[in-house]
Amino acid sequence: MLYTMLIYETGADFSRRADPATREAYLAEWPRYAQALRDAGIYVFGSGLQPPDTATTLRFGGGEPQVQDGPFAETKEQLGGLIVLNLPDLDAALDWAARAPRYPGRVIEVRPNVPSPPNSVCAA
Amino acid sequence: MTDARRAVEWAARDSRSRLLAFLAARTRDLAAAEDALADAFGAALERWPETGVPARPEAWLLTAARRRLIDAARHDAVRREAAPTLLAAAEAEVELADEGVTVPDERLKLLFVCAHPAIDAAARTPLMLQTVLGLDAARIAAAFLVKPAAMGQRLSRAKAKIRDAGIGFVLPRPADLPPRLAAVLAAIYAAYGTGWDDVAGADPRRRGLAAEAVDLGRLLLHLLPGEPEAQGLLALMLHCEARRAARRDAAGAYVPLNEQDPSLWSRPMIAEAEALLDAAERAGRLGRFQLEAAIQSVHARRAVTGRTDWEGLALLYEGLVRIAPSTGALVGRVAAIAQARGAAAGWALLQEIPAETVAAYQPYWALAADLLARLGRTEAAAAYDRAIALCEDPAARAFLARRAAGVG
Repeated sequence: MLYTMLIYETGADFSRRADPATREAYLAEWPRYAQALRDAGIYVFGSGLQPPDTATTLRFGGGEPQVQDGPFAETKEQLGGLIVLNLPDLDAALDWAARAPRYPGRVIEVRPNVPSPPNSVCAA
Repeated sequence: MTDARRAVEWAARDSRSRLLAFLAARTRDLAAAEDALADAFGAALERWPETGVPARPEAWLLTAARRRLIDAARHDAVRREAAPTLLAAAEAEVELADEGVTVPDERLKLLFVCAHPAIDAAARTPLMLQTVLGLDAARIAAAFLVKPAAMGQRLSRAKAKIRDAGIGFVLPRPADLPPRLAAVLAAIYAAYGTGWDDVAGADPRRRGLAAEAVDLGRLLLHLLPGEPEAQGLLALMLHCEARRAARRDAAGAYVPLNEQDPSLWSRPMIAEAEALLDAAERAGRLGRFQLEAAIQSVHARRAVTGRTDWEGLALLYEGLVRIAPSTGALVGRVAAIAQARGAAAGWALLQEIPAETVAAYQPYWALAADLLARLGRTEAAAAYDRAIALCEDPAARAFLARRAAGVG
């Protein structure tokens, strides 16, 4: 089944990622991790996200959606990227999540994807 | 007719949890497996009186339950993908029936799923009691002092989490085993705690849970033979159970452990606990539950020696505080040291326990009141008031009130 790792990062993480002086060191671990996921044959999709100040939010009320600058919620940690993996069970997903590059304050939420109908092209 | 009914009841008691673990291990859907099994047992009650008890009742029940699971999956588009795994389970079951082998015991996996870190901690013990022992939600709710509807919801949510998050019915990897086993042990001990707290036996349904917890402890040890912490947990529960008759006097008044009549303690339970503790010790891997059982073992020795080895207790509590520094262990250590080295030594140590952790912890205030009284200090009265206010058990409250009156 498919699991999505939602990777939340602190403001300091996003700054490190944006600053050319620290960017390379900050991101150095990720290609190795992504390669390990590919080698294990479990990688489906993944992408880092630009910082929350690049976000635009649509709010749906009664009529037309309201377009606003900024992320959905102003929290200390913000969504920084996501990875979709194909794994047998939650323990395997937690295990792979635990192997992600580690920074103090980082939070990873693991969620099962909704199962696709059997005839869907993206059924896993 | 009565033979058939008895056979159904035997199968129900002996096989239900085993069949449930087998089915759920293949579908991860505990609720659906429970429903299918309930239907299968219902069908057996209808059919067996007419057709006679089948040669292999478990295989018959498994086939019936599996058919219902597949039917249910066919009617549920979202779960249709589960049907092939169920069919695979069916094939395995046919092989078993042919060989005349009993259904493999996968209840250890079920116990690990119930106490999985991804499951709400408040749902773990209830989930074990329901799936492994077959207790109904109303009885579990009564033991945990919550409304049956709330407990039902807690259980359903946990089962939905297992199914939807895909928690696998697998044994933890060796590296993960210690923390995962600790969670299973803690969940079983929590069941014992609900039975123990109801000292008065005012609610027979709560008192029963202590015996159910001992059953769970026995099952865990059966599934993990030789595991020292499982032996330690069972020894701990048996030592406590052994004292049940001594915890109240003839008039129903509370009797503290130090003043209990050892002749009222159950010798067979103490003997079993001691044998378990000896066996655990030989494994050479000390743990929290072995230490807690060893502490109770020191108390039990008073039946033989006529005295309590408080220095020995203080030493065991030192060890317990080092590996599992719970508030209970910290307070227990102070109580032992106060007995061994005097109230002043105890009082000095008691003040090292962070105040915020003991604000609502009744044993702390009972001990504080006792130590202050022994030191002849007037604050004892206020500490007794606080201990009495935090005490749920009427007999223990009356006991504290008598002590407080002695101070005033």
